Amino acid sequence: MSETSENRALENRAVPDAKTQLDIYRRMIRIERNDDATRSQIRRGRITAPYYSARGQECIPSAISVLLNNDDKICTIYRGIHDMVAKDMPLRPLWAEICGRVDGTCKGKGGPMHLTHPETGVMVTTGIVGSSMPIANGFGWAALLDGTKQVTVAYFGDGASNIGAFHEALNLASVWKLPVIFVCQNNGFAEHTRYENGTAVDQISKRAIGYGMPGYTVDGNDPVDVYAHAHAAIERARAGEGPTLLECKTFRFMGHVFGDNDAYMTKEEKAAAMADDPLPKFRQKLIDDGVTTAEELDALTGRIEAEVNDAIEFAMACEYPSDDELRRDVFAEEIPAKEYMA
Amino acid sequence: MSTDTLDAPVVETVKMNGLQAINAALMEAMEADPKVLVLGEDIADNEGGGVVGVTRGLSTKFGTMRVRSTPISEQAIIGAAIGAAMGGYKPVAEIMLMNFTTVAMDMIVNHAAKLRFMSGGQSQVPMVIRTLTGAGNQTAGQHADFYEAWFCHTAGIKVVIPWTPADFKGLYLSAIQDPDPVIIVESGKTLFVPMDVPVNQGPIPLGKANVVAPGSDITIVSYGQMMFTVMQAYEELTKAGVSVEVIDLRTISPWDKETVLASAEKTGRLLVVHEAGRNFGPGAEIAATAQEALFGKLKAPVGRLGAPYCSVPFAKKLEDAFLVQPPEIIAEAQRLVAMG
Repeated sequence: MSETSENRALENRAVPDAKTQLDIYRRMIRIERNDDATRSQIRRGRITAPYYSARGQECIPSAISVLLNNDDKICTIYRGIHDMVAKDMPLRPLWAEICGRVDGTCKGKGGPMHLTHPETGVMVTTGIVGSSMPIANGFGWAALLDGTKQVTVAYFGDGASNIGAFHEALNLASVWKLPVIFVCQNNGFAEHTRYENGTAVDQISKRAIGYGMPGYTVDGNDPVDVYAHAHAAIERARAGEGPTLLECKTFRFMGHVFGDNDAYMTKEEKAAAMADDPLPKFRQKLIDDGVTTAEELDALTGRIEAEVNDAIEFAMACEYPSDDELRRDVFAEEIPAKEYMA
Repeated sequence: MSTDTLDAPVVETVKMNGLQAINAALMEAMEADPKVLVLGEDIADNEGGGVVGVTRGLSTKFGTMRVRSTPISEQAIIGAAIGAAMGGYKPVAEIMLMNFTTVAMDMIVNHAAKLRFMSGGQSQVPMVIRTLTGAGNQTAGQHADFYEAWFCHTAGIKVVIPWTPADFKGLYLSAIQDPDPVIIVESGKTLFVPMDVPVNQGPIPLGKANVVAPGSDITIVSYGQMMFTVMQAYEELTKAGVSVEVIDLRTISPWDKETVLASAEKTGRLLVVHEAGRNFGPGAEIAATAQEALFGKLKAPVGRLGAPYCSVPFAKKLEDAFLVQPPEIIAEAQRLVAMG
C-alpha cells in the first residue's frame, strides 16, 4: 500500500505463486469456518468463554504463515485464534482448550486467551495488551544464540502500539538486531476507541522510524500485499539484519468481544467493511486467475467444515480437568495435596 | 559472623562479601552451562560490570552475546529473559533496584510466574531475577523498598533473600538451575560485609531455612540484611540470659514451614522480624500459619516486627526510626518471654 517516508519502497516484491495463494486461502477459510463455528457454539450455549472474534482479519496471519516454518515461532494475543489456525495448530486440542477440557492444549487451564502449542510454534498467547512483543524478543535472542535462521512473529493490535511495552520491545529488538517481525493488525479500534482518538500518528508504521527499523503500512485485506511485505521482513530477519514493523490495515467484523453491540461505530462503515470482505474477494480472484475452480474451493471448504465439526465433537466428549490440576504446573514440581490451600 | 559454626565439620573457607560470592556463582554457572545468560542495565564490562560491580568480568570472559547490557527498559529486560528461558536458555536478568521491578510487574506476574500454569505445563520459564534493595543509605522512597510480599503472593515465582555470602553462592547456583522463575533480593549490607565462604561452596536447596543459632526460650525468624540487626539483638539477649533460636529463612516463598514450626513448637515463642512493612508483610503469613499449626502450644502470641506503614524516609533520623533496630527486637523478645 504505502511505505513510510523514511523507508525505501519495497524492492523485489515477492509474489505468491498459485500453490502458495491456494495455501493462503486454505488458511483463511479454515480461520473463517472455525470462527463461525465458535460463535455458533457460544450462541447455542454449548460453550461459555470470552471470545474475541478475528472475522475479517483472516488474510494477515494466513499470508504470513505460508512463509513460516513449523519451528518459527509466534507470540500472539487474546484476539489470536486466527493466528494459531493460520500456523496450522490442530483443531482438536484447540477446541478442547476452548471448551475447558483436559485434552486441550493447556489441559483446560488457559482457555481461549492463553492457547499454547509449541509443536506448531504457538509459544505465548497473552491477554495483556502489548505483552507479546517483549517476550518475542527473547525467542529472537535465543535463535541468535542457537545460530538458527528461526524467526519469531509478534502479533498485536493497533491499541497495543500505545502501550510502553511496544516501545521498549521495538527499541531493544532494533539495538540487538533480533529476528523478530512485529505485526500490528490495525483493525481501526482499540477496544471501543476509534484509532484517531487514541493514536497520535496517522500510520503506526511511522513509529518504526523512531526505532531505526523498516516500517510498512500494508493492505491487510490483500493477501498479495501482506505476502510481499512479510516476505521482505522475514528474509531480513533470517539474514540477521534485524526486525521490521508491519502495520496491516484491516477491520474486525464482530466488534471487540462476542456480544459487542458496536455502538462505537456507524452502521455504514461496518456495512462498507463487510461488503469488502477479503475472503470472498480472494476466492473470486483465485477463480478468475484460473488458480483453481469454484468446485475445488467448495470441496476444500467442505473438508475444513468436517475438520471443525470433528474437533467440536471431540472436545465436547472430553473430560474436564481434575481438581488436582490446581496443584500442578504452578511449579515444575507438583505441590503436595496437604500443602495446597495451606 | 558465620553461619553453621556449631557442630559443623571443619571446612576450608575463604573470606568474601556477597558481591564477590554472587560474582563467583555467576562465573561458575556460566562456565559449567553454556545456556546460562546474564542481562540487565549496565551489566557488561563496557558499562562498568553492574552498578555495584556484581557482574564485573562476566562479559569479558563470556562475550556480550551471553552477557548483554540493555537499555533502561525493565519490561523489555524481563520479556527477553522470559522468551530466552522458553527458548531453552537460563537467563539471569538484573533489575537494578527492587523498586524498578514495579515497571516490569506485568512481565513478572502475568507472564513469568503464570506461563507454566496457563499453558498446562508446556511452557517452562527457568529464569532468575536479581534485584537490590534495602534502607539505610538515605536513598528514600523509591530506591529501598522490600516488596517481597507482592511476589510471595503470586503463585509460580520463588522468592529468595539471602544473608550470608555462602548462601548467596549456594542459592544462586540452585536458582539458576531451577526449572521455575526465582527472584533473588540482594539487600544493601549483605553485598559488602565479608564472611567465611567454604572454598567449594556448592548449591544450597531453595526452600530450606538455616538455623543459625540454637536456643530454647524463643525463636526469631528473619532474612536478608535484617539478619545483621537480629544477630546484634541475639548477642544482647544471650548476655541477658535469654536463649534465642535464630532462623535465617533464606527462601521466603515457598518458605520452610517445617523448620520454623518445629522450632516455635520447641521454644514456645515466635518472633518474626523483617525490613518489609509489617502490614500484610511475610510476618503476617508466618504468624497466621504458626497459630493455625500450634494453637494451644505457644506460650505467647506470635510477635511481628517490620517497617511502619509509610514510605522509606530520607532524613537519617527518620530512616533510623523506620528501620527495626536491635533494642526493639530485644524488648519484643523479652516481652514475649515474660508472658509465660
